[in-house]
Parts: sequence; structure tokens; C-alpha cells
Amino acid sequence: MTSVKLYPPKPQKVYFFGTCLIDVFYPQAGLDGIRLLEREGIEVIFPQEQTCCGQPAYTSGYHDEARKVAEAQLELFPEPWPIIVPSGSCGGMMRTHYAQLFAGTPREAQALSVAERVFELTEFLIHVCHVVLTDKGQPERVAMHTSCSARREMGLAETGPKLLAQLGQVELVEQVRAAECCGFGGTFAVRHPEVSAAMVEDKTQALEASGAERFVTSDCGCLMNIAGRFEHQHLAGERDSLAGEHIASYLWRRTS
Amino acid sequence: MSAQSDSLHTFTPQAFHRQAHDALGNPQIRANFRRAMDGLMAKRRDVFSDWDLETLRELGANIRLRALAKLPTLLEQLEANCEANGIRVHWAEDGEQACRIIRELCEARGAKSVIKGKSMVSEEMHLNAHLEAAGITALESDLGEYLVQLNEQTPSHIIMPAIHLNTDEISAIMQAKTGTKKTRDVDYMTAAARAQLRERFMAADVGISGVNFAVAETGTLCLVENEGNGRMTTAVPPMHIAVTGIEKVVERLRDVPPLYALLTRSATGQHVTTYFNMISSPRKPGERDGPEEVHLVLVDNGRSSIYQDDELLDTLRCIRCGACMNHCPVYTRVGGHTYGTTYPGPIGSILMPHMLGLEATKDLPSASSLCGACGEVCPVKIPIPDLLVRLRKEAAGEGRGNVKGAGAKRSRKEVAAWKSWQWLATHPSAWRGSTKLAGKFSVLTPSRLGPWTDHRTSPKPAKTSLHVLVQQHQAQTAPSAKLPAKGGPAKEES
Ligand code: SF4
Repeated sequence: MTSVKLYPPKPQKVYFFGTCLIDVFYPQAGLDGIRLLEREGIEVIFPQEQTCCGQPAYTSGYHDEARKVAEAQLELFPEPWPIIVPSGSCGGMMRTHYAQLFAGTPREAQALSVAERVFELTEFLIHVCHVVLTDKGQPERVAMHTSCSARREMGLAETGPKLLAQLGQVELVEQVRAAECCGFGGTFAVRHPEVSAAMVEDKTQALEASGAERFVTSDCGCLMNIAGRFEHQHLAGERDSLAGEHIASYLWRRTS
Repeated sequence: MSAQSDSLHTFTPQAFHRQAHDALGNPQIRANFRRAMDGLMAKRRDVFSDWDLETLRELGANIRLRALAKLPTLLEQLEANCEANGIRVHWAEDGEQACRIIRELCEARGAKSVIKGKSMVSEEMHLNAHLEAAGITALESDLGEYLVQLNEQTPSHIIMPAIHLNTDEISAIMQAKTGTKKTRDVDYMTAAARAQLRERFMAADVGISGVNFAVAETGTLCLVENEGNGRMTTAVPPMHIAVTGIEKVVERLRDVPPLYALLTRSATGQHVTTYFNMISSPRKPGERDGPEEVHLVLVDNGRSSIYQDDELLDTLRCIRCGACMNHCPVYTRVGGHTYGTTYPGPIGSILMPHMLGLEATKDLPSASSLCGACGEVCPVKIPIPDLLVRLRKEAAGEGRGNVKGAGAKRSRKEVAAWKSWQWLATHPSAWRGSTKLAGKFSVLTPSRLGPWTDHRTSPKPAKTSLHVLVQQHQAQTAPSAKLPAKGGPAKEES
């Protein structure tokens, strides 16, 4: 499923692909990701024409529509610079599924070139930037939720926790069922809302039971789902809400 | 009792949503499955810890790929070698034909009672009902299958058919149907069931079993089991009929040990099972036991149409270990009956559409968050998530159109939603300009946003998009920095 990835030396410039969920719901996470990269001395190019990687239509089976949207993104990264994506699921889409989507089409070579330059943000910070973080925050217990796409599609179960481990005042706590899906799954949550709700309920219980004071994740889909569940129950007076945050924002906040 | 009231329902794939709703609302079902699947996951984890799992999976996948690459030749070789060994081979295009063949074989022997080892293929073709209609009783002898049959249900798992029942429920069923005493003593219940079954083994005219691996090279039928019922079924009655899907063939005898190792470890976390039967002929002159006649029924039932599609072909690698179900977060929560199909869970969702058509099964490929757990554990590395997406594509009418019922899920409303999403996402200035950002996303959620908000607060779009934040940031940090060729500033948002 995952193959060994050879990492390039740290480049001078990178592209940043912000993802549609971040653009709309969590723009600060995107900006914090950009700042983390800039602090490493990298110039970050954000093509303003970017919209969405095409994944929602792809996983729903609407591949003609997904291909058209993906095609528009392929144009945005003409130079050979890495493309940084602050999300495992969009990263996985671009790295793995673009090749499938464009197989046998005139865009195949372009899609493969994009695919091999895609890095998930935490992956890039660890393996390419070899980032060293200095924690300036208060002591805190934090749980990490790694998305299924980051974990299985991109093989990045460790990069998020490794970054958190660099924060001297942060205690990373384990949640039971860490590898289990939170139930988001893009349109799955909409097509099968009750099953999805059962999954996210178990996830919130596991996070709560971990004793963490907050949770972080590198995927905004999971964040939206888990935080939405916490908030819903909090509003219903059923439990305290556990704050959630994108890992880029958390890292930036604690180290700047 | 929940387990018994379930037997009154008929589960169908068309009613997936309602069945999922019912299962989620049934604490007993949920607890039974969660406990059982947690146990099975832990067992698999433990048994593989001392193995080079990836190497073994790679080997298993390659053995299956090799067998499938030569499938037509291997089937002919299997037939020739079986016949040479004295095993009669029959071919069935679909379940109905397979049922007919088996019934006629039984009738030719004047059989009135049949004892069965566990066989999912026979479930797939509804063999018991067919035989029953012809006046032949078929009794399941696998303990789980026996309980499920007593309870007038279908299996809820392919390896552990009665996994949805707990001890109390099993006791109640046995008490009601066989008159045993009410107890929580598992040994007592097992012994009682064994005693009930033993008489039937002795009296049965025909034994019917499944097949785990059919070896082309030698004409050998391999049967993996733990209770001894498989051995009894295939050795005690005067006639043995083995029934299998055509994909179960492997090329060589030496292909079997790695697949067997993967199967038992993936399924129940066992290094080996209590019994492993290799059947290569009827009773020979001078032998003291074994059936006088052995038949093998090779069932197609949609498999050869899967075979003709180079992507879907991977489905046929499956060795029916059930690991994908055990690890599936959806299966774990809704249980096997919710799927309403013979094979539930991830493997069912990629297999059943070919057997029943996508009209009936269109909700199954979408009943997955694509978390990838199934693909990660599959011992023969079937890319299950990719196959789910492929079937979603077929259901949406954008695939190759070679799956029965292709296009069944395509609706005007949904197509329109994706088209408008596509328009917006390919018109960057409109995308940036759509200040009512929630509107941007309403098209991503084609049918129902309502149920989402029954369980979660609805996400709130931020006041400023990332596109704008980046512009502001760039203006602050490097006022003179050039914007990239493709990325002009968005006028709409200034
Ligand atoms: S698809 Fe893979 S994991 Fe699932 S039953 Fe088949 S072999 Fe086992």
C-alpha cells in the first residue's frame, strides 16, 4: 500500500495547496502552515487559481466531474517545486488517485509529475525540512487524531506525533482505537449519517477518555466531524467539549 | 429477545438504511459485535507479531494472482485430475443450476436427508430452501450455522455465522428449539449440540461441504475447519458433494501452505486449525471409510463476468477469511445482517453487486468511509477501497458499464449538484467570489445535510477565506514580492 518514499533536500520554493475545506472553514490553519514553512526559510507560492483537489466527486463515483476539476489544478504547478498540502486526504488524492484519474489520457504525465511532488505538511516538515521546534506554551496534555488517509493512504501515522513530541511542554496521550476511523469519509457522513454518527461518538469518547485537554489533527474533515460532535453534545448539555485544532495552527501557536 | 425477533425479519440490501438504523438502535447487537470484533482484531494482531506479515501477504497475493491469470486452464486441469481421481465434476453457470445439479445427485441416490459442512456458496445459492422444496432436509453441522439455522436466520459473518448472538441468546434458542436446559455453561451447550448432530451424521444420505482451496495440479479439495464437522460431513455419508466458486482453484499443492497460514491467522488468529482436510478421491477398495461417491460442483454465478474486467478481477483473489469485516468500522457497528446479503462487510460490498446487480445493492459500495482498514488487513492485498470507488463509479453511470445495473444510483439531482460543483471549482474567480461560502458547499452534500446536524453542529464558514488571508499576508510580509504567473489577485474580494 505504501512504498518507501525518497525525500528531496530542502528546496527554496514550494507551492501550497490549501484544500477547499481549509479555504472555507479553517483558513487560519492554512495560513499557519504557510508561516511554518516560511520560518524554515522557504518561499511559499500560493496559486490563487486553486479551488479543490476533486476528491469529493472522485470518491462519490463522479469521475468525469472530478477529472475536470483536477485538471484545472494540474495547471497551477508548472515549476518543479514541491507541492505542500495540509491534509492527508487531499494529499492522498493528489498523490495516489490523480494517476488513476488520468491514466491513459494526455494529462497522465502531468498528473504523475504533480503526484510525485505532493507532500503532506507534517511529512514535509519532518522529512524534508528536518524542523526543530521550540515550545513556548504552557504544559498541556494533547491527543493526536491521524486521519485514515494520512495513516493508510500516505503511510504517515508517525509524522504528526513526531512533531508534537518536539514540544517540550506537551504530553502526547494515546487514545484507544487510535487507528479507527472517525466516521467522516467525505460524503459518507452525508450518505450514511447514522453509521457515521456512531463512529464519531466512539471517537469522541476515546478522546475524552484519553485525558487530553485538547486534540489536534492534520485533516480538517476529521476536525469538522469530531469537533462538531463534541460541540453538539456540549450544547445539548451532555458533556464538556474538548477543543480541537489543526496541527499547523497548534504548532504555530506554541512556537511563535 | 432481540436475536429471536430478528428472525422474523427478512433482511435485504435494498433496506440497508433502515436495517442500519435498527441495528444501531439495538444495544445488544451493538455490544455483541463490538466485543466479538475487538477480540478478533486483537487475536490477529497477536498472531502476526512474530511473522513477516508483509512478505507473507505479498506471497499470498501473488499466488492468487497467478491462479487467476491462468484460471480457465487451471479449471480444466482441476477437472481432469479430479475425474482421474474418481471425483465427478459438474459445472454450474448460476446458483439455480448448481442447486438443480445437487438436487438431482441427491435424488439419484434416493436421499432424504443431507448433512452440511459450512459453505458460503451454498448460502449464496439458497441451497437449503431448494432442497427443502424437493422434500430433502438439509441440516447444518457447523455449530454456528446450526444455531443460525435453528433460529431461522442467515449467517451474519462468513467465518462465524452466529457471531451476532451472545451466550444467553444461544441458550434461549437451544432451549426453545431443542429442549436443552437454560444455562450459561458453554461446554454444556456445545456438548448438547454435538449429541444432537451426531445422530444426524450417522443417518445422513449425503454430505455437502464447501471448499477452501481446489488444487489443479493434483485434483485435491482442501477444507479448513475447527470442529470436525467438515471431516464427518465428507467421510461418513455414502456420498459427498463439494460445492465451490470457480475462483477457489490454486495451481499447485505447494501454494496451499502459505494461503492456509494467511487464512487461519487473518480469520481467527490461529496458527493452524484443529482440522485440515485434503480430499482427493472417493473410498478406494480396501479402505475402511469415506464416501463411495464424491462430486465437485463448480459454480460461476457472476464470477466470470468479474473475471473479464481487469480492475474488478482483484475481487476474485479473496480467500474468505473475513478479516476485512472484523476490521471494518461500519460492519463492527451495524453487524452482518444489516447488509442483507450472503457476504456482508467490505468483501460483500465489492462482491454482491455482481451477483445481485447494482439496483439492489447500490447502497453497499457507499457504506464505507474508505478508511482503508479492510485493504490494510486483507491477506491477499485486495485493494478493496479502490474497488468500492470503482463500483460507486459504475453506480453513478460513469464507469465502463459492464456491471449489472450500472447507473442505478445516478439521479438528475445528484448529477446537477456535481455539475454545479464542477463549474464553481473550475471558475476560480467565481470560487473566490462566492462570499456565501456555505453555498459553495451545499452542492458537495447532494442529498441530505439534515441528518449530519442531528448528530453534530454544522460547520461554520470562516469570515475570510484562505485565498484572502494569503493575499493579506503577502502584502504584509513582502509587499514587493511577485505573484506567481498563474495566480493573479482576486479582484472580487478586495
Ligand atoms: S477480501 Fe480479503 S480480508 Fe476480506 S474476506 Fe476476502 S481475503 Fe479476507
